[in-house]
Amino acid sequence: MSIWREAGIVAGKDLRIERRARVVSQQILPFGVIVLLLFAFALDPDRGVLRRVAPGLFWVTVLLSALLAISRSFGIESENAARDGLRLSGLDPSSVFLGKALALAVELAVFEVLLTAGIVVLFDVHLGAVVPLALAAVAATVGLAAAGTLYGVLAAGIRARETLVPVLMLPVVAPVLLGATRAWEASIDGATSDAWPWVGLLGVFAVLFVGIGMLAFGPLLEES
Amino acid sequence: MSATTPSTTERLLNPWVRRVFGAAALASLVALVVVGLFVAPPDAVQGDAQRIMYVHVPAAWIAYVAFGVTSITSLLYLWPRTRSLVWDRIAGASAELGVVFTGLTLVLGSIWGRPVWGVWWAWDARLVTTAVLFFLYVGYLALRRVPAATDVRAKRSAIAALIAFVDVPIVHFSVTWWRTLHQQGTVFNEKLDAEIHGTMALALWLGVLAFTVLYVYLLDLRYRLEALDEDRETRELDAAIADRVRGAVGVTS
Amino acid sequence: MSPVVRLRSVVCLLGRFPALAGVDLDVEAGEVVLLSGGNGAGKTTLLRVVAGLVPVHQGAAEVLGTDLTRDRRGHRSRLALVGQEAAAYDDLTVLENVRFAARTTGRSDADADTVVGELGLTPLADVRHGRLSTGQRRRLGLAVGLVRRPELLLLDEPHAGLDVPGRAFLDGVLASASDSGTAVLIASHELDLVRPVADREVVLTNGRTPPGDDPTGDPTGEPGSEPGVVR
Repeated sequence: MSIWREAGIVAGKDLRIERRARVVSQQILPFGVIVLLLFAFALDPDRGVLRRVAPGLFWVTVLLSALLAISRSFGIESENAARDGLRLSGLDPSSVFLGKALALAVELAVFEVLLTAGIVVLFDVHLGAVVPLALAAVAATVGLAAAGTLYGVLAAGIRARETLVPVLMLPVVAPVLLGATRAWEASIDGATSDAWPWVGLLGVFAVLFVGIGMLAFGPLLEES
Repeated sequence: MSATTPSTTERLLNPWVRRVFGAAALASLVALVVVGLFVAPPDAVQGDAQRIMYVHVPAAWIAYVAFGVTSITSLLYLWPRTRSLVWDRIAGASAELGVVFTGLTLVLGSIWGRPVWGVWWAWDARLVTTAVLFFLYVGYLALRRVPAATDVRAKRSAIAALIAFVDVPIVHFSVTWWRTLHQQGTVFNEKLDAEIHGTMALALWLGVLAFTVLYVYLLDLRYRLEALDEDRETRELDAAIADRVRGAVGVTS
Repeated sequence: MSPVVRLRSVVCLLGRFPALAGVDLDVEAGEVVLLSGGNGAGKTTLLRVVAGLVPVHQGAAEVLGTDLTRDRRGHRSRLALVGQEAAAYDDLTVLENVRFAARTTGRSDADADTVVGELGLTPLADVRHGRLSTGQRRRLGLAVGLVRRPELLLLDEPHAGLDVPGRAFLDGVLASASDSGTAVLIASHELDLVRPVADREVVLTNGRTPPGDDPTGDPTGEPGSEPGVVR
């Protein structure tokens, strides 16, 4: 079976479970919106401030919510003997990585679209140049999904998973936060030429971590 | 036979070399204090506050060396032909030293920054990158502390270390694009001319020497501790296997 | 013909504990071998070592022609391990779980539907795993394992919690093992249920098979150990 077909089977399984259990839509999305509200409570709700920092708040919220989504992605593999099933399936571990990262990316993408509506409404943000905005988001999401799936499997068998993954992952994805925020700030301000270098950086990060993930997922899955 | 037979290498330096390094570390640190605090003149602009550079810069240098060692030894561990727990022990020991020296760098830099810049912290590229570096390896150390079989821990840690290593240039570029404030490296800049002269340069190089020797000495110390720990675990394991076997024989005979 | 499973003096670790401290075992194609022993003897671990899920610390292990000390992944798609819990997701239905197992091993959805029918799970096809009773879950576990059409079937306490329809099906599988050439290794406490269908019995005590025993299980009359059963 081709690696993409195998990945498709795994991604399909994860997405079907999400459609059934609705964890992202009914738990993680509300969490994201609540975080936006908390930011508004913490900062001056004077609209000028919030609108200016909205890209940063948005991506910090995405990052924190991604941690929950990663935890969920590997939580389902801890049910019953599911992880044994994955290991015994004979699927190429790189395919399993791609499949799970793909499902995570789709879930994060849907989350981000809805959260964007949130900042438009709550922080009075005008989106500006949509193309670099969208491309930056795509690259950032792929990078986050890849890094998240990688650290998710690394910590999959560990009991302190929920606290370990953030400590490991957040410093590593700091460039994604930097890049996505700067790209969004530039796009919103209409200075699209400033956005492209950041989109490039996000793209490099994404490609790098998809590559690392495909290599390292197998060995890490075996040790979980 | 599994590939995880523990290495019998219990130390990195032989006892005499270790003593020499220990003595040299002590001597050069004393010399550094003398030269740095008393012999070198105060800086024309920064005054005596500049003297902290004689420890701050070497600390940063050793931090990079230490993390570099962790990265290389992690790779050596993962590579099947060179796989050995020796590399894993060095990686862990070096990362600990790296985190300590990075923390030291940040604190010393902060102490320096207060009188010179007027602030305890500034969001310039090098400071921020150093802070991220600190947390990257704090995470690595947290991972190492998760209870697991030695070879499982080694493989997991090695992969985590290499991911961190690959991430560092990306962090560096992204942060540098974002911010640039920090003074250019005085000794290690492109022109390769030391912008500081005479006894001040001497103090700086003395600092680098002292910290390097100290690093090697401490690395050996930490390595030996780790080796002793693993040795004890192996002996306990052999005893446990023997017990289990004896248990079975006891039932049937 | 080389045995499907061949273990010699296998030692393996769970964390730091030597779960297996010297196991010799042979299983031939078409044979049904009963693995018996008390709690904590290491039966589950032994099955997992054969499946390649737990590394071999010492000794020689060859399963389905693969040397496990070199590669413990290559043979996995040719065997099935059915444990106390099914390799299933709580939020997926019976049919979805079996179909996923089928697809990941290159079988068709039709194969999945057939196996679901054979185990009498068709009425439950659209029920989520999380809502099944224990007996139904054990049947699903069997379905997920068998849809792979394994050459080696590893069963861990298959009768525990299994309901009546499931037991009938399991007996059928065991009875036809020698015809289909499937090797079966069953770890079980239900000696009365399994001995009649087993070709041989191997006793595991404290992580060891009896020393001096012929690994093919012919009884040696060792005092204090259970005699091997030969049909």
